Amino acid sequence: MADVSFVRTEMLPERAPPATAVGIIGWMRANLFSSALNSILTLIALAFVLLVLGSLVPWLLSPTWNAVSLTECRSILHDLGREGHLGGACWGVIRDRWVQLMFGFYPSSEYWRPVVTFFMLALALAPILFAEHTPKKLIWFTAIFPFLMPWLLWGGTVWSPLGALVGFIIAYFVYKAVAAAMSEALAMIAGLVAAIIWWMLLMGPIAGALSSIMPFGFEPVQSRNFGGFLLSITIGVVAIGFSLPIGIVLALGRQSDLPLVKYICVGFIEFIRGVPLITLLFVASTLLNIFLPPGTNFDIILRVIIMATLFSSAYMAETIRGGLAALPTGQYEGADSLGLNYWQSQRLIIMPQALKISIPGIVGNFIGLFKDTTLVSIIGLLDPIGLSTAIRADTAWNGVVWELYGFIAFMFFVFCFSMSRYSMYLERKLKTGH
Amino acid sequence: MTTLTDPPTESFRLSMLIYDTRYRSITFQIIALIGFLTLIGWLVNNTAQNLSDLGKEPSFRFMTEPAGYDINQRLIDYTSQSTHLRAAFVGLLNTLLVAVMGCALATIIGVVVGVLRLSKNWIVAKIMTIYVEMFRNVPVLLWIVLAMAIMIETLPSPREFKGDEPTASMILGDTVAITNRGIYTPEPLFSRSLGDVHLFGQSSLNFNISIDLLVLLAVLIGGIYVSRQIKHRADKIQETTGERPTTWYLRLGVVAVPIIIVLVALGFHLGYPELKGFNFKGGTHMRNSLIALWLALSLYTASFIAEVVRGGILAISHGQTEAAGALGLRPGKIMNLVVLPQALRIIIPPLISQYLNLTKNSSLAIAVGYMDITGTLGGITLNQTGRELETLLLLMLTYLIISLSISLVMNWYNERVKLVER
Amino acid sequence: MKKTVFFGTLTVAGLAAGIAAAGTLDDVKARGKLNCGVTTGLVGFAAPDANGVWNGFDVGVCRAVAAAVLGDSNAVEFVPTTGKTRFTALASGEIDMLARNTTWTFSRDVDLKFDFVGVNYYDGQGFLVPKELGVSSAKDLDGATVCIQTGTTTELNLADFFRSNNISYEPVPIETNAEGQQQYLAGACDAYTTDASGLAATRAAFENPADHVVLPEIISKEPLGPLVRHGDNEWGDVVRWTLNALISAEELGVTSANIGDMSAAAGDNPEINRLLGTEGNLGEMLGLDAGWAMNAIAVGGNYGELFEKNIGENTPIGLARGLNAQWTNGGLLYSPPFR
Repeated sequence: MADVSFVRTEMLPERAPPATAVGIIGWMRANLFSSALNSILTLIALAFVLLVLGSLVPWLLSPTWNAVSLTECRSILHDLGREGHLGGACWGVIRDRWVQLMFGFYPSSEYWRPVVTFFMLALALAPILFAEHTPKKLIWFTAIFPFLMPWLLWGGTVWSPLGALVGFIIAYFVYKAVAAAMSEALAMIAGLVAAIIWWMLLMGPIAGALSSIMPFGFEPVQSRNFGGFLLSITIGVVAIGFSLPIGIVLALGRQSDLPLVKYICVGFIEFIRGVPLITLLFVASTLLNIFLPPGTNFDIILRVIIMATLFSSAYMAETIRGGLAALPTGQYEGADSLGLNYWQSQRLIIMPQALKISIPGIVGNFIGLFKDTTLVSIIGLLDPIGLSTAIRADTAWNGVVWELYGFIAFMFFVFCFSMSRYSMYLERKLKTGH
Repeated sequence: MTTLTDPPTESFRLSMLIYDTRYRSITFQIIALIGFLTLIGWLVNNTAQNLSDLGKEPSFRFMTEPAGYDINQRLIDYTSQSTHLRAAFVGLLNTLLVAVMGCALATIIGVVVGVLRLSKNWIVAKIMTIYVEMFRNVPVLLWIVLAMAIMIETLPSPREFKGDEPTASMILGDTVAITNRGIYTPEPLFSRSLGDVHLFGQSSLNFNISIDLLVLLAVLIGGIYVSRQIKHRADKIQETTGERPTTWYLRLGVVAVPIIIVLVALGFHLGYPELKGFNFKGGTHMRNSLIALWLALSLYTASFIAEVVRGGILAISHGQTEAAGALGLRPGKIMNLVVLPQALRIIIPPLISQYLNLTKNSSLAIAVGYMDITGTLGGITLNQTGRELETLLLLMLTYLIISLSISLVMNWYNERVKLVER
Repeated sequence: MKKTVFFGTLTVAGLAAGIAAAGTLDDVKARGKLNCGVTTGLVGFAAPDANGVWNGFDVGVCRAVAAAVLGDSNAVEFVPTTGKTRFTALASGEIDMLARNTTWTFSRDVDLKFDFVGVNYYDGQGFLVPKELGVSSAKDLDGATVCIQTGTTTELNLADFFRSNNISYEPVPIETNAEGQQQYLAGACDAYTTDASGLAATRAAFENPADHVVLPEIISKEPLGPLVRHGDNEWGDVVRWTLNALISAEELGVTSANIGDMSAAAGDNPEINRLLGTEGNLGEMLGLDAGWAMNAIAVGGNYGELFEKNIGENTPIGLARGLNAQWTNGGLLYSPPFR
């Protein structure tokens, strides 16, 4: 009997999928022309892209890099037979002024200082932003950096930032001593008082004496010489740095059980969030000196930094409050059950976690504030937009518009886009962490 | 009878202010209050001292003096002889105008872009992503000045409409002129107008409301009300008999017919813009500063709204849609009854805070010369009178009131749609 | 880390915060720098170049004062101010003097409490229009769109002019001169109005300046001059007489070329001698050294030289002296005598 099988015993060889379902064609069918409506949309979108690129690319590719004035640009383009708005960009203005757009009027011999500062800033932020990939010891550098940064940027004697640092060391030891003997709250107050006494009364003379004995420092730079992106970044970084501790205090205050403290904090936060930044900048430019004791006179950039700090601390408080709210109640209860008091549980349990959750929000705050620093051009500071006006007041570049705005927009985009990508990466990481 | 468990009678000791939690909170609050009041007192004292050194007395009397400057866009009567207060009021209305227009357009663009970013069409989704990232990551001030520069540089000036061989021409059958001074469109006019109502008499805040407009609004609202009644009746008939009477023509009729009758009775016609002298005359003039500000603010805010909308839609789990389908709901009903109500709960709060941001950002109008309240009260009035303290106080107060009103609406909404947690 | 940022920067703030004492002159000397408020950028009057060095007619006055007080024309910090911030910057002591084409008016002098020390440029508000518009008088501008720079007296003058002539116009307020120029060139406004000098400067920067005309009507008086805070008369005197020294130097024929010889030894003309400090003790009376005026004039030359170098007929701006000629040449410049 023949061995007849009615069922196939081996698999048929695999066949290649139809050409229309794989490769470029398949991808296009799936993603671009899956239906009639989609095909129409694709064609419209393609036409739009081609139109934009078609007019933008020739404009961007313009051989005017070496021109020294707008007139020369125009004559170069005229010789090439390109006229009108879309004839071509005048890149000479960027070559001529890009250093100014970056550093403003910072003395050119000292350009290395801001550059080094911002490299160090990246290094100092690494332990916070990329905790896993950095050695633990680096956190000490992060702690010193806030004293290093103003010294590098503004110059002056090295003894002032050192003196400020000593204040914290004093505060720490006083705190330790008092905390061992009495309550923690009292210790905090005592530490603060000791530090303030040091800063107010003792630091000035001592630093002055030391600097006359050992004059070691950089050439001081007036803050009004800051300009361009250096100004934007300085305002942004300093204001965010300042606003973090204020924001933490406000956020805790807003969640406090003490009604009076709570209402003061809520009132401040809602007031700042309710008015546009530009009105606060008007206050900085016209009123802040009136609020301070007669004779005090901060220069305008420090006044702007003060107002920007107040502004961002209100937003920071809300971000941190979000972080606090996102912590599971179990964490609070766990801390209580361990017998920790309010400050201990905040310091050891709540804040480390809440701040970690808030980092994406804080980065978001920074992006917002960094973009908002352009508003200072309205009160006459020479940030990139303010400088573009000043550059156009130069006879050589009178009438240049798109190249400057385009360059500034591009720079802002690079900064903000990379930061927002980082914050998204962090958010994803935090999400999977739970 | 006394028991051993009776609490010992406490005598108050001073140290309890610090060590006893019952009193400690009071101590802290008193310290906070003293600190806060000292700060306020210090600021007020400094201000008074500095102002008297400068020889200025804080006073709001300047608000009732003639402003002396002209404002191009005014929604109410204003001349250079009107008061500073009235100039501020004109500015406030301009702020509200651009804020409302901006919120409306930003919502439309934001929703469309947010939905299209989820499109299966690769190129459309990518273009939308590029749009969102491009606008989100560049300062809004830069977008505003760029929008203004584009309007000014690329559109024709009224001069180019002139002459025997004009290089530019009006569009839509010579009814709309697009120039770099703005867009001129036909305006509605009434030849048998009913006049205006005058509110607030002769004070600085007086304004007129057209009775024609009120009548039209009343007729429209009445029509919509009747139309809804007809729908209710149709619903009832459908529930009892199972058949739905055809009512769409009736419903359309009760809205449209009275409006048309009123329009004819009022002698409605359009006034067309015409090139006379230096400018187009007649018609409605939307100034380039308004358009640039409006577009820039809307496009910028829309990029944030798009993300909000996308997030809201993505947050509704697929199971919700499938469960609704399993209940036998049709796709339209699923969207209306299941997905949208839940997505809106997520979308609306951040959406309103975007509206708030847009309103605050409208203060950048000053960069393109749109005369909003920052441009009038915080700009020219401040410059001309030199009253920084008073004008800035008023300006901040105004923005604060606007913001708080928007926040109130948001809180009310949040309260209403709050998830009841179990 | 958080608190450290706060206090660390507070120290810097404390270092940078100067304490303004009663006498501006002493302050400036102690500081070794003059803080001078200028415009954020107006061709010919004040603008920074690629190296951040400020140049212009107003800048020249600042440099002259710095040279007179400190002996160094580069000992100046230029503080760019807008129409809104300039007066508060001066009132708060952020700047020592303001040289920012500011019109001398009653209310600024009396109500805002400033002292105008003199006039360095006699100006008036005019209109710039394209030739193709065919307008020959400002009174033909009925219904025109006019660009104005805000924060100045111009918008009040403009409103008054059109109201008194009973013609209508559409104002377009703009923040900076660069913006105004852009709008005007693109035809977004028919006319551009500001001080006639500013118009000339703006027109000079055009691709085809000949296509534009400044209308004959000058609708206001705009005496532009440097100003200082009210009540500090010593400092006011220093700025006033530095300006007068520049003007007198032109009248007396002292130029940057011959000042070296003239100041080396006393010459025949006693007024020149007193001016340059080779005779008398005028410098001492001001609280400055004897060579103050010589230093001031040596920076950029006398008034006429400053004018010619920055805004005169041989520059792209091409302003004629007009009212700003010496009184001996039919102008209004008339410095009180140095004695």
